[in-house]
Amino acid sequence: MNIRRFILIAVPYAWLLALFLIPFIIVFKISLSDLALSIPPYSPTAKDGISAMFKAFDLENFIFLASDDLYWRAYLSSLKIALISTILAVLVGYPMAYGMARAPEEWRPTLMMLVILPFWTSFLIRVYAWVGILSNEGLLNQFLLWLGIIDAPLTIMNTTTAVYIGIVYTYLPFMILPIYAALDRLDESLIEAAEDLGCSRLKAFWLVTIPLSRNGIIAGCFLVFIPALGEFVIPSLLGGSGTLMIGKVLFEEFFNNRDWPVASAVAVILLLILIVPIVLFQRNQQRQAEVES
Amino acid sequence: MSQPVFAPWDDPNEKPLIRFDDVTKRFGDFVAIDNLSLSIYESEFFALLGPSGCGKTTMMRMLAGFENPSAGKIELAGKNIAGVPPNKRAVNMMFQSYALFPHLSIWENIAFGLKRGDMTKADIAVRVEEMLKLTRLTKFAKRKPHQISGGQRQRVALARALAKAPKLLLLDEPLGALDKKLRQDTQFELMDIQESTGTTFVIVTHDQEEAMTVASRVAVMDEGQIIQVATPDRIYEAPNSVYVADFIGDVNIISGTVKAAGDEMYHLDWVANEAPLLAASDRTFSESQPAHLAIRPEKIAISVDKPTEMKNAVQGTVLDIAYLGNLSTYHVQLGGGQVIKAQTANTRRLSRRTITWEDSVWISWSATAGVLLER
Repeated sequence: MNIRRFILIAVPYAWLLALFLIPFIIVFKISLSDLALSIPPYSPTAKDGISAMFKAFDLENFIFLASDDLYWRAYLSSLKIALISTILAVLVGYPMAYGMARAPEEWRPTLMMLVILPFWTSFLIRVYAWVGILSNEGLLNQFLLWLGIIDAPLTIMNTTTAVYIGIVYTYLPFMILPIYAALDRLDESLIEAAEDLGCSRLKAFWLVTIPLSRNGIIAGCFLVFIPALGEFVIPSLLGGSGTLMIGKVLFEEFFNNRDWPVASAVAVILLLILIVPIVLFQRNQQRQAEVES
Repeated sequence: MSQPVFAPWDDPNEKPLIRFDDVTKRFGDFVAIDNLSLSIYESEFFALLGPSGCGKTTMMRMLAGFENPSAGKIELAGKNIAGVPPNKRAVNMMFQSYALFPHLSIWENIAFGLKRGDMTKADIAVRVEEMLKLTRLTKFAKRKPHQISGGQRQRVALARALAKAPKLLLLDEPLGALDKKLRQDTQFELMDIQESTGTTFVIVTHDQEEAMTVASRVAVMDEGQIIQVATPDRIYEAPNSVYVADFIGDVNIISGTVKAAGDEMYHLDWVANEAPLLAASDRTFSESQPAHLAIRPEKIAISVDKPTEMKNAVQGTVLDIAYLGNLSTYHVQLGGGQVIKAQTANTRRLSRRTITWEDSVWISWSATAGVLLER
């Protein structure tokens, strides 16, 4: 009777269980362990016996994270960078999405293609390309020198500015696409109605277009904010030593210090921080679906 | 005893509220409106009627300010309104899709236009309540547009457009999305509201019945031009062309050539072996001029025996009978092959039908039943 339905639900849940929950439990377990000079580099493990393993668990690593201000600063700095990048992505992405939605019908598939096109090359290569653009001898500096706008090359590489540029560039499609989807659905006659009722173009945009694309903006913000918060590649390639981000700290703990327990604790906290925006994002999507039905 | 008839278009001293003066509108190579002139008077309920693509929507969009004429001028209350943006015109529009703001409540939708002016909050609230009462929406004020029915949405759109008390209200296919029964009720509601507010209404529609019901005058359009402007009864009973006669209601068209037959009377030769048809006309026709006789089906009588009084009587056989409940339409094939529709009212409930398929019948009509047309 309900077997079909049970299987239908069981399959995705089994998938989530195997690929998300179990790895998370393993990471969580490591975060409760101690550093050890062995393979794997922590103790206790299941080899020591289950009850002995549970007895040896403690919150030492979490206490360590709280006491060392490096981690606090890394979390806060990540939040700040993710937040500012998200705002920048809205400011850059909204006009682009608006332009796409207002473009002639026959142009839209091409424009959409151009937005998605960067995904066809490796993310790593694209970030490396920015090194070539932003470095002191890079394309941007050469171009500005040639134009005569500057006399000496600007230092952009290895600064937080480069990280912002990298994040906004990388995640811009995730901002543009949901906003475009919202604007594309927007009935042109609503704008005309607003003008007919006494709004100037600008006022109609503010009172009708913006509120009606709000869900797209919110969705885009989460899609940029969530991955930007844990971003590791961009700050390590473009940011230099001055940029503190939790993803980079996590990588260094794991691979440079080989301190798996502390690295796992960092990852667990990061996940807890991310749960808040993820839940908010889900709610936004759900509410939007309800309004549309 | 009788009320004065509302007919400002017959009064030469009356100033029109809207005047289209040789207006042409082109979109690229396409001529949407072709050198058109038209006057619409205050408090009129004016209908623009025509098939899709005839330019009626373009006319309305020019009045609203979304399009500007390529040539000629449009005057509103004596002032040329070309180039005045929509938000600066004392004109409001009710959109075909209603265009209600989905993120605002019914109350806020109606208040939207009022808030753009310099009204105080208290005055806005009073006006919104007034509009809610007029359109019987008071109960729904707090709801969002997706939480009410199609008919209610239509009334919100009307209330929102009327709230600013415009000089002119434009209605773009206002009842197109409603089902037939609701549409008929709403037509009368629209007329009541138009009468009680005294606002000039211009309605665009492709539904001739709707235009005939609500309008004080109807303009029948085709290919960017106005073919005839007249009151609904004139449009129906005295169309100026076969196009208008055919567009409004059901009609039989009999083509032939005319011969004079006395004072304002003509004979129409239509087929070789039948007697010419007698038709009265106040238009003058020259001898042997080609002409078309347009007769409405309900003006044609059908009988088994040859009628003696009628000026025109033709024999034929019944091809089809369409029973509509209140009416029956007989399709009668004449000797020459032409099919004429004759309509009778079913006034008695349990009468036996005396005429049935394949019967030989006579159809007849008087000399004044039809209209003789040049084109």
